[in-house]
Amino acid sequence: MSALRGGRLIEVAFWLVPLAAFLLLPGYLMLGSQILIVALFALSLDLILGYAGIVSLGHAAFFGLGAYAAGLLAAKGWGEPLSGLLAGGVIAALAGFVASFLVVRGEDLARLMVTLGIGLLLYEAANRAAFLTGGVDGLSGVAMGKIFGVFAFDIGGKTAYLYSFAVLLLVFIFLKRLTSSPFGLSLRGIRENPARMPAIGSPVRARLVTAYTIGAAIAGIAGALLAQTTQFVGLDSLGFNRSAELLIMLVLGGTGRLYGAIVGAAVFMIAQDYLSGVNPVYWQFWLGLLLVVFVFFARGGILGAVEAAAKRLGRSSQERAR
Amino acid sequence: MSAALRTAGLSKRFGGLSAVSDVSLEIPQGARHALIGPNGAGKTTLINLLTGVLEPSAGDVFLGGERITALPQHLRVKKGLTRTFQINTLFPGLTVLESVVLAILERKGLAARWMRPVSSHRAEIGEATELLATFKLDRDAQRRTAELAYGRQRLVEIALALATRPKILLLDEPAAGIPSSESVEVLGVIAALPADVTVLFIEHDMGLVFRFAERITVLVAGRVLMEGTPEEVARNDEVKAVYLGREAHG
Repeated sequence: MSALRGGRLIEVAFWLVPLAAFLLLPGYLMLGSQILIVALFALSLDLILGYAGIVSLGHAAFFGLGAYAAGLLAAKGWGEPLSGLLAGGVIAALAGFVASFLVVRGEDLARLMVTLGIGLLLYEAANRAAFLTGGVDGLSGVAMGKIFGVFAFDIGGKTAYLYSFAVLLLVFIFLKRLTSSPFGLSLRGIRENPARMPAIGSPVRARLVTAYTIGAAIAGIAGALLAQTTQFVGLDSLGFNRSAELLIMLVLGGTGRLYGAIVGAAVFMIAQDYLSGVNPVYWQFWLGLLLVVFVFFARGGILGAVEAAAKRLGRSSQERAR
Repeated sequence: MSAALRTAGLSKRFGGLSAVSDVSLEIPQGARHALIGPNGAGKTTLINLLTGVLEPSAGDVFLGGERITALPQHLRVKKGLTRTFQINTLFPGLTVLESVVLAILERKGLAARWMRPVSSHRAEIGEATELLATFKLDRDAQRRTAELAYGRQRLVEIALALATRPKILLLDEPAAGIPSSESVEVLGVIAALPADVTVLFIEHDMGLVFRFAERITVLVAGRVLMEGTPEEVARNDEVKAVYLGREAHG
């Protein structure tokens, strides 16, 4: 019981960190918003990979779709942010639903290839449709209205930061509920053993279609957030690099825990910002090293390592009490 | 009354190999029916055909008179046809309790819901706890399945199947890989099932087969060699030659 309350306290403390950063680091709000948005994106991958066990190398397809949907709406004169966010999520969800039927079949390798293929397809489609997307130049002219008609996006990025934070927190609460529900348990069951699930009466494919669609929708919302807060959409929002980096962040933070996605995104983005400042050319060397070390020495990522340490601590304090 | 489970001319070919040929079985409700045969006789393939893991090349499967040949696996479970696996097919990263609760939630059609946490489903958790107690698994309930010894996992394998409340239970070598002292315990749980539950089991241990089976079907090279009571099977010269003879030579 007290462990539960302790867990709650840690969670509250966790969510106070970004708010403290808002007050204490006003010079880093742009980076901060990016971290919050990428964390949201990583959460969407955690649902499909960390919980449902679907590997993906093309998750940026849905991020980019959401970004272009919201960006285009605003560029064409519909600058109301919340409906733009919704549009990004809905478009990505539709695409995710259609794609899920290809992804859900097949084994890991096939899934990697199919998701990779979908990502490449969309990238080239957006590149070709330059009349709509701006092609390699990117989509500019994204003019945002005020949130609730009250809060305008400011140069300092305060509104963007708090907006991103609020969306991240709301989606997180939704995902927390989803993953602790029977539906979430059934996704973990599928991840743990897809062969047993039908033998206990579970419609595996339907569950995976649902999970993949929700994951795509959240990725779309994250993309829409990026378009709205940076008022620009580049082709890279759909690119392979973004999908691959996302996978790195999630593995780094720890899969199947939700918090791992957020921690991984934050650590990755801050390390990238810092290391590329130290050495703009070779920073990926350190990133690669970090990744290899984590995969070998901390299987569950950063959060897995923290959990293991906490367990060891708890056990030794228990022994002391005895 | 129609049989609980019936097959008509069931066949499965893998390329040129006939794994199961023209098998017609009729298992009445409440039967304790064993399926025996040497390795490679097609016993597991037959189970896979009955449960919908494999699609038959020819023939049909009937459940209580209803043709279910094309029904997907999970819907057959919903109709009360459940299996266990020869090699443990469990959820290593879930706790034992979570695994059984999941099976119960699926049976009750609650497993797609997302508004309430699993922890607030007290009825299902209570049922799972009771079921685990009958297997003396209660002290392992909170442990990850992967942490259990193989023999204990074997019990989870069967508990998961029972959590679906099967009308027909197909057991693929339930006692495989556990010491014979414990295998009696495993089969004991199965023997204690309600009399109206139909049990079809594959088993290599002849002692167990003759102890628990009322009728036996002998499968050789994908075909039914004979079907009868344990006494009839034991007396049959063909069975002795093909099956028991081979067993004796080891």
